[in-house]
Amino acid sequence: MRSIPLAATAAALALATAPAALADTTDTIQERGTVICGVNGSRAGFSSIDSEGRWIGLDVDTCRAIAAAVLGDADATEFVRTTSQTRFTALQTGEIDVLTRNTTMTYGRDASLGVDFAAITFYDGQGFMVPASLGVSTVDELDGASICVLPGTTAEQVVETVFSERGLSYTPIVFQDQTELAAAFFGGRCDAFIQSTSGLASTRATLAPNPADYVILDTIFSKDPMGPVVRQDDARWKDVVTWAVNAMITAEELGITSENVEEMRASGAASIQTLLGAGDSDIGEPLGLSNDWVFNIVSQVGNYGEVFERSLGAGSPLGLARGQNAMWTDGGLIYAAPLK
Amino acid sequence: MTDPAHLTAPVVPARRPPHGAPGPLARLKATYFPTPLQGLLTVVLGALLVVLLARLADWAVVGAVWSPADPAACSADGAGACWAVVAEKHRVMFFGAFPYEEHWRAALACLLIIAAFVVSALPRCWSPHLAWLWIATLALALWLMLGGAGLAELSTSDWGGLPLTLLLSAGTVSLGLPLALVLALGRNSTMPAVRLICIGTIELFRGLPLLAVLFMASLILPLFLGEGVTVDKFVRALVGMVLFFGAYAAEIVRGGLQALPKGQYEAAMSLGLPYWPMMITVILPQALRIVVPALVNDIIRAFKNTSFVAVIGLFDFLGATKASLQDPLWVRHTLEAYLFIMAVYFAFCWAMSRYALWIERRIDTDRPSHAP
Repeated sequence: MRSIPLAATAAALALATAPAALADTTDTIQERGTVICGVNGSRAGFSSIDSEGRWIGLDVDTCRAIAAAVLGDADATEFVRTTSQTRFTALQTGEIDVLTRNTTMTYGRDASLGVDFAAITFYDGQGFMVPASLGVSTVDELDGASICVLPGTTAEQVVETVFSERGLSYTPIVFQDQTELAAAFFGGRCDAFIQSTSGLASTRATLAPNPADYVILDTIFSKDPMGPVVRQDDARWKDVVTWAVNAMITAEELGITSENVEEMRASGAASIQTLLGAGDSDIGEPLGLSNDWVFNIVSQVGNYGEVFERSLGAGSPLGLARGQNAMWTDGGLIYAAPLK
Repeated sequence: MTDPAHLTAPVVPARRPPHGAPGPLARLKATYFPTPLQGLLTVVLGALLVVLLARLADWAVVGAVWSPADPAACSADGAGACWAVVAEKHRVMFFGAFPYEEHWRAALACLLIIAAFVVSALPRCWSPHLAWLWIATLALALWLMLGGAGLAELSTSDWGGLPLTLLLSAGTVSLGLPLALVLALGRNSTMPAVRLICIGTIELFRGLPLLAVLFMASLILPLFLGEGVTVDKFVRALVGMVLFFGAYAAEIVRGGLQALPKGQYEAAMSLGLPYWPMMITVILPQALRIVVPALVNDIIRAFKNTSFVAVIGLFDFLGATKASLQDPLWVRHTLEAYLFIMAVYFAFCWAMSRYALWIERRIDTDRPSHAP
């Protein structure tokens, strides 16, 4: 008897969340009224929840930008937390519309998992951090070192490759938990710590007893371009995600910010007015979006630079430098195809 | 007529107690200072204890930082426990990513479920009517958590924290117990097909770790369903937990069925009762009474097992706490947050285990064999 309500609700939930198979994702979203994004949920700067339970971070803002483009409302989002094991299954089965979960684009994933990488929102790489007192400046001096590394990550493969290529030996010190691993390193359990450079910078800024006592070695190993991932069978939806990211980058390039976007639409250059959907602009038409979709992204979420600064940069506790993620005009890698 | 000598002999005078003086002081001496060496040990250990307790109090109370206004205060030299992290993050710990303005709904749902558990725990309320209580409670809790009919609509991906933990526990127990009954009865059935299916189910899920069951439910199951058909993640986790709990509880119930004297079955059958009336009116009420303590034990475990769902991306109470501690400003002070949720988990589990003890004593007194 007790089982009836839950079972009935379970069945109802199952039916309610079953989208029509292989339907056009963009149409499905416009019908449903929300974009469902798969996020990490526990990675500061990319996706995490603040003290009031709100989602924040670069990946979260990518999702919000997509919602602003498709639905005109950056808050029409639903975040599903995924783990590194469940993320691709969730995408393949249609549980989420787009995976915005600091996922590295690789040939293997792109070619064999039935997914497409729609854009790159963050360029990362693997680096080593050592105590300054060790006096080490290159990896070649780390022969025989004990290395703190998270198991099952790119970092683990990188450290193996780097050391075996150079014919050096090392002892891996493995902890499952990021915070414990950092505590082990700062407690002197290992000589070096390998992680993504963004992770190293934030670990050093937040967990080191004295950040000045630790140096990040200059050489960066492996390329980790990360960005939103979509299902392979939906070209229109991929285009929407790609151009939502491109719009944020283009806005930064053109100096359009959430502050001045109104003004720019009213009195900017003609090309900018068209981009922002002023007058008889039909910029949304090719993708079946509203003509003010770029305006919605910039006014509700901001341009790429604004998002970076508040999530990862100087405006956040992580204090990451732009580095590789600077605009191409500033020597970085962030570059968008022209929006015209 | 004179009394024999042995009857008139003088009364034996009272003797002093063996030695030592009675009373608390003497007991204290006998316990802690029976010999000089042990006395010395008492003094040394006592001093150590005082020092440690003083330092603990200094850390946890005197030097503690309570206000979350300035995270840097926690990292200052000589600062004690950083309870500020709990003050700052308690909403996220308890409710995860549930919309901030709607937290009252989640809190109300929690209270409802706790109340339903308390009512069902009282022997005087044990009756089939409990089913109605649970239907009403769960329906109300689901309405509060999902919205609709006047409340803002939410989805299960918004759920998190304590409500998720409690809903999972309540769902696991309220669906798992009926499943356990069916499996246990089926295992004792004389029909070979039914018996084999039940034994197979029980052994399969008892033979797998819960983690594997959850991974199966969240990774393999959706692939079988094919593209475009998704089952809610919460429901998938719940199904996994129900099957796992049901398999264990079925074996407990079977123990109860086998502990009943054979005479009970024979008596019921001799009254001409068919199978189901016999089970429902005679056998199960007695068998379940015997196994209540063991079942409570399993329910405690099911409650704690809910923290496993973190691996498939649900923010249970522990998962929400972990997620809230990713905040770079507070990430150094995880210890205090974990101590806090440890206290909450302990309060729940301790209450349940005290209840198990109480119910054990109480059931023992009205066992059939003790009845006049």
